Amino acid sequence: MTTANTPTRPLPETRNAGAAYWRAAANGTLVLPTCRQCARAFWHPRPRCPRCGSDRVEWVRSTGKGIVHTFTVVRQSPDPFFKSKVPYVVAMVELDEGPMIMSNIANCEVDTVKIGMRVLVTFERASDDIAIPLFAPNGGAK
Amino acid sequence: MSASLSGEIAIVGAATSAIGWETKSSVVEIMADAAVAALADAGLGVRDVDGVFAVTPYYWMPSVTLADQLGIEPKVTDSTNIGGASVIAHVGHAMHAIAAGQCEVAVIAYASTQRSDAGKLVTGADILPYERPYGPLFPISGYAMVMQRHMYEFGTTREQLAKVAVAASQWASRNPDALKRELLTVDDVLASSLVSDPLRRLDICLVTNGGGAIVVTNKERAKKLAKPPILVLGAGESHSHCYISNMRSYITTAAVETGKSAYQMASLGAKDIDVVQIYDAFTINVIIGLEDLGFCKKGEGGQMIDRGIGPASKLPVNTSGGGLRYCHPGMFGIFILVEAVRQLRGECGDRQVDKARHALVHGFGGVFSGNATVILRRGG
Repeated sequence: MTTANTPTRPLPETRNAGAAYWRAAANGTLVLPTCRQCARAFWHPRPRCPRCGSDRVEWVRSTGKGIVHTFTVVRQSPDPFFKSKVPYVVAMVELDEGPMIMSNIANCEVDTVKIGMRVLVTFERASDDIAIPLFAPNGGAK
Repeated sequence: MSASLSGEIAIVGAATSAIGWETKSSVVEIMADAAVAALADAGLGVRDVDGVFAVTPYYWMPSVTLADQLGIEPKVTDSTNIGGASVIAHVGHAMHAIAAGQCEVAVIAYASTQRSDAGKLVTGADILPYERPYGPLFPISGYAMVMQRHMYEFGTTREQLAKVAVAASQWASRNPDALKRELLTVDDVLASSLVSDPLRRLDICLVTNGGGAIVVTNKERAKKLAKPPILVLGAGESHSHCYISNMRSYITTAAVETGKSAYQMASLGAKDIDVVQIYDAFTINVIIGLEDLGFCKKGEGGQMIDRGIGPASKLPVNTSGGGLRYCHPGMFGIFILVEAVRQLRGECGDRQVDKARHALVHGFGGVFSGNATVILRRGG
C-alpha cells in the first residue's frame, strides 16, 4: 500500500517530443516515433528523424514485443525509490519493430533474465498523464 | 592535408597535482598548480602561455576560470567537454591552433576534488528522459550492459575481465604515486561485491581528488626547452552517441574511427605502438579499446588480456595503474597523457617500459560516448 512517505519512481521530463509517448502508455499503448520519409521507427522521440532529418514523424503503435539485447542487475542506488527496489534489472530491449529502448524487466527473478529472452510490454501507471512501459518475460528465447 | 600536421607540435611539459584522498585546495587552485608545474617542467612560465585549454565538471567555462586564476589573456581558448576524453581532444585542437600560428605555447589542464565532495557534487550527468524512470546508475550501468553483451557475443570471461584489474594492480605496485598499491588476484576481483552486474567493485575506477596538465608548443620551440620533446604524430576525435540508449552497437565504439584518424595522420599502425594508455574507468574499457584500436580483432580482447598487458608483457597497457588503481578524479584523460609522456621520456623508474618510442593514448567519455586518440613519439 502506498503511503505519503513511500518513495515514488522518478518521472520523465515531458516538455519535449515524448509527451505523447507517455500519454499513450497511460492509455495502455506502446507507440514509437516513426519517420514517414525512411518508413522506419526510431528511438528516442525527437521532432526530426535522426537518420534522414525529416520532420515527417508520426506515432505508430508497437506490438510491444521484443527481446532482451543486453541488461544489468543494479545492486545499489542513491535514489530513494530504486534503493527500495534493488536488485532490479535495467535492460536494452530490442523491439520487433527495430528500435532498442531502455526499460526494466519486471515480474520475474533477476537471475532468470537472459540475453535473447522474449519480453512483452506492461504498464505501470504513474499519474493521470503518464504510465511507465516495463517489460515482462513472454515465453522463452528468440 | 591533415597529414602535414603530424609532428608539428610537441608536448614539452607534464605534471600532476593534489592526487589523493583529501585536499585543502579548490579545483581551480589544483588545476593552476598543475599548469604551473607542467610549465616549470618545460622550463617555461605562466607569461609564456598564449593558449588555454581546460575542462572540469566544476565550472561552466573552465578555460576562462583557469586563465582568470593565472592572469592570462589568451589568443586561443577552449573548454570543449566530451567527457573523460576531453583533454585528449584538446591536444588535437591545440595542434591545429599552433600549426596555424594562432598561439605558440598552450597549456591543457584538468582538476577535480570529487573525493572530498562525494555526495555533494552534481556532476551534470546527462540521463535521457526515457532512461530516468528505470534507474540505471550513471555511468556504471551503461558500461555494465556493454560488458554483458561482450561476454555474450564473444565468450569473454569474468576471469579475463578481472585480469585487467590484476594487471593494473601490478603496474600500480610499481608506481609510488598510485593510491592503491596492493596487488590484486583474480579471486579478489571476483569476490568483490556486485554493483551493476556483471561489474563488481574492483572492476570500477577509484574516486579520488587530483589535477594534471601538459604544455604543448611548436616543434622548433620545443627543441630549446628543458625536456626532450614528445611529438604529437596523430590525433583523432569523435562521438557516436551521448546516451547509452543510443549506442550504435553494444560492443564497439567510435574508437574505431578516432584510432584510424590518428594512425593515418601518424603513418603508423597498432603494431608500431610500444606502450598503450586506454582510459580504464571500468575493466571492460580496456578490452573494447584494444579491439577498436586495432591491437586485436573484434571479440579477441579477452584473449589479448590472457596473453598479458602487465609489466614485462609484450603490450604494456596503463602503466601508471590506471583509473582502477593509480587515481581517478572524475575524468582520467589528463593522467594517461602525462603517463605516456613520462614513459616516452624514460622517467618511470620501476614501471618503465623498455625502449618505449611510440605511445597511443585513448580516452572514453560519458558512456563510451566521447572518444579521442593521440599517438606520441619521443623526439630526436
